[in-house]
Amino acid sequence: MEADDELIQEIYSKGDEESSPSRNRPIISVEQLDIEAYVSLYQGRTKITRLMFIAEHCCDNASMQLEALRMAYDEIKKGEDTQLFREVLQKIDGRLGPNYTMDVAWCDSVDRKAEQRKKKLETELNAYKTNLIKESIRMGYNDFGDFYYAHGALGDAFKSYFRARDYCTTSKHIIQMHMRAILVSIETGQFTHLTSYVSKAEQKPEALEPVTVEKLRCAAGLAHLKAKKYDLAARKFLEVGPDLGSSYNEVIASQDVATYGGLCALASFDRAELKACVLLLFFPTMIIVFNFLELVPEVRELINDFYSCHYGSCLDYLGNLKANLLLDIHLHDHVETLYDQIRNKALIQYTHPFVSVDLQIMANVFKTSIAGLEKELETLITDNQIQARIDSHNKILYARHPDQKNATFQRVLQTGNEFDQEVRAMLLRANLLRTEGNR
Amino acid sequence: MVISAQKLVYPIGIRSLKRVNSDAGRIHRFIPSHVEHLIQKLQSFSLFYFFSQLALRLKQSIRSMQSVENLVTQIQGLSSSAADIAALNNYLKAAEDSFRSDSSRLLLFLDQLDPSKHSLGYLYFLRSLLVVQFIYFVFGVEKQGNFNCVLVCGDREPCVYGSITKERASTLVPIIARFITSCAPEQIRLASDKFITVCKRFKDMVMLLEAPIRGVGPMLSAIRKIQPSTEHLTTLHPEFLQLCLLSKCYKTGLSVLEDDIYEINLPRDFFLYCYYGGMILIGQKRFRKALELLHNVVTAPMSSINAIAVEAYKKYILVSLVHHGQFSTNLPKYTSSAAQRNLKNFCQTYIELANTYNTGKVSELETFVQTNRERFESDNNLGLVRQVVSSMYKRNIQRLTQTYLTLSLQDIANTVQLNSPKEAEMHVLQMIQDGEIYATINQKDGMVRFLEDPEQYKTCEMIEHIDSSIHRIMALSKKLTAMDELLSCDPLYLAKAGRERQRFDFDDFDTVPQKFNI
Repeated sequence: MEADDELIQEIYSKGDEESSPSRNRPIISVEQLDIEAYVSLYQGRTKITRLMFIAEHCCDNASMQLEALRMAYDEIKKGEDTQLFREVLQKIDGRLGPNYTMDVAWCDSVDRKAEQRKKKLETELNAYKTNLIKESIRMGYNDFGDFYYAHGALGDAFKSYFRARDYCTTSKHIIQMHMRAILVSIETGQFTHLTSYVSKAEQKPEALEPVTVEKLRCAAGLAHLKAKKYDLAARKFLEVGPDLGSSYNEVIASQDVATYGGLCALASFDRAELKACVLLLFFPTMIIVFNFLELVPEVRELINDFYSCHYGSCLDYLGNLKANLLLDIHLHDHVETLYDQIRNKALIQYTHPFVSVDLQIMANVFKTSIAGLEKELETLITDNQIQARIDSHNKILYARHPDQKNATFQRVLQTGNEFDQEVRAMLLRANLLRTEGNR
Repeated sequence: MVISAQKLVYPIGIRSLKRVNSDAGRIHRFIPSHVEHLIQKLQSFSLFYFFSQLALRLKQSIRSMQSVENLVTQIQGLSSSAADIAALNNYLKAAEDSFRSDSSRLLLFLDQLDPSKHSLGYLYFLRSLLVVQFIYFVFGVEKQGNFNCVLVCGDREPCVYGSITKERASTLVPIIARFITSCAPEQIRLASDKFITVCKRFKDMVMLLEAPIRGVGPMLSAIRKIQPSTEHLTTLHPEFLQLCLLSKCYKTGLSVLEDDIYEINLPRDFFLYCYYGGMILIGQKRFRKALELLHNVVTAPMSSINAIAVEAYKKYILVSLVHHGQFSTNLPKYTSSAAQRNLKNFCQTYIELANTYNTGKVSELETFVQTNRERFESDNNLGLVRQVVSSMYKRNIQRLTQTYLTLSLQDIANTVQLNSPKEAEMHVLQMIQDGEIYATINQKDGMVRFLEDPEQYKTCEMIEHIDSSIHRIMALSKKLTAMDELLSCDPLYLAKAGRERQRFDFDDFDTVPQKFNI
């Protein structure tokens, strides 16, 4: 954990450290993601995909892009995926000098080796099938799956793993198979069946090691995140315990768990639930705590500020984090939505305790103009999330609590009218049917 | 007479009988089977048959002219008490042939009768004046030389209407009007179908004279006299409403529309009643009730789609946009399947109008209306469509009252897409006067202050209103329970419910499965 902490410090303290006179805590700003440090948290295929993603999405920053592509190239060379190799080369486009061009010889040798291995595996598998030894067939399919995975044919890998399912005998095997399937589906981005696999794997608790349990929880959280169910995702991420460490680095790092969990919780939990996860941090002697937040102090500060109503600094932190979060492969699509939700919640929470609010002061806190603030408030009021009215002349927001008695009377009269109309229409229709029947 | 009939009967009779003339909105049934047979008979035995019939009728008509005087004396004698009236009714029914004499003579006899005391007899005379019996049609054609006749077969009065000239109409209209206003309801009810025929012809004559307003008053009293109760719908209701629409006497129509209708005889009457009623209520800007009536037409049980329902649906879309500001194409589950399948196909333009309305942009709505102007005009809905457009501004301003306490006129104009603050002020002023929003305009600052609904539900009127609503709903519940009980005793229902019941009781089931019973 210490090594990780140092890494984190390196990542997040790249920028200047300003200290504001009103508070003694320095506000850390981040200039640019240190790609090397970031990517060293991962391993395996996800490292390459993340690098490619960064390269694709930081198009205005050429040096970062080239850095990412270079590292991707190096990683791919260590593996056996020629398809990815070709893609990376296309993206590099010769910009990185002569060392990073098409290595035809390497490609050919890799492909040839792949063909040989494939033939060997096929003959072995057929032999096992004729012998009908379940265990060997299962191993055969697994090997096939691994082979396809290494060579980038993710669809075939998934199919092979799935076929191994029929030959699993012990629950350990089943769990292994499910873990592999989960890995591949996360890689391909198909999250639809992920929750079902996770629940199937969780059905056998006796064979589950604690690490696997944590891994399954992470996977489930990712699935919910993809499905935009932020509250479920937050709950899953918060359940992940400290055992995870860096054991699931092929998929997700603990910092990511913290960031995703923190942001989703902020966007979807109400104040009581937020308190449950924030308060515990101040009393670490209490029950097992979501201590992942220690790994990402920015997110922790963010949540603290939100809870204690320092919306200005909260939104500042959010703004700082935004650029880097956009480069994250899983969070990329959700950053905007999450940020909007957090901002709306901040607005609602701000106006909640007051009878009247001066829009000028509020605009300063939320760092926006009065006109913009009015627009935002108007949307929230129309959605019935704030019970208030805007006095546009004096620029004040007045809380409005609808009169229950009048509302009840209105509803009663309306229901009476509707009943009247519907029953009369019903009697008419019945009579019509009767006369038509008699004719 | 005989020789000319021989010449003309065959070609004229068949041709004119087969032609069905539709005039001004009447929907006719086609030739019923027994007339079809008659025509075929005519074709084969035409001359011989007609000769014999003619001879018979001639003899009858000669005899009848003498008996009309008898009739008059009978009527005058038997019009005092209820038992006498019943006897008179039977006598008149039997003596129907006697009425078949020349119309001018009938008019003379009419003067001898008093409409208020001898209503029943008067009615029979009037009816014969207006109605030409089937065989007589032949003579009528030959004599007057026009083919403009119509074969109408209602449920009760299969007969042929001859056409009426304007002079004849202008003589008859005041007579009938006087009769209707002064006749005695008990006597009329004994021959209600004849009364309805007379009133219908009266309406036709009034329309022919292009003075529909002359018919409004008499028709209203006719309805009141013939209705067994205010809950019954008669055939005269839609005729009356049509007259009100044509003569623009909407308020008179309203008095009839206030009644709740429960008993219906002919579905067609009901459809027309609701449609015309809806139109009158739209004219009076009572959109809620108009919506109710139009809804009833659209959701009424019907075996196949009819034109009235289509037109009603178009108006229903427009009125629901004006009144509620939204429209959903989902018809309730109890709508007939014919309507659910077909209505939308006929009203495509209107549904697109509703979709454009939902976007909330006035300019788009206006361009849509412009492009489809001829369509709306041909359906006579252009005025209503204009009201829809202006209701959009109202809807947008009302939404503003939910979010703002005060708002400048300039901002209102911008949000609602009006051109200037002056226009915004006009709109807001209009809405305040109509009671659609509660606000005050401060012209010095150019600000509008939106207020809450001042209704506190504490006044006496409100308590009375609530009280009467409660009573009304209790009466309605009783009615519903009564109907439910009636239905439970209905043999048709019991037969159907009995068939669908479980055939076996639980005890009848064998606990051991079938296949182990060898």
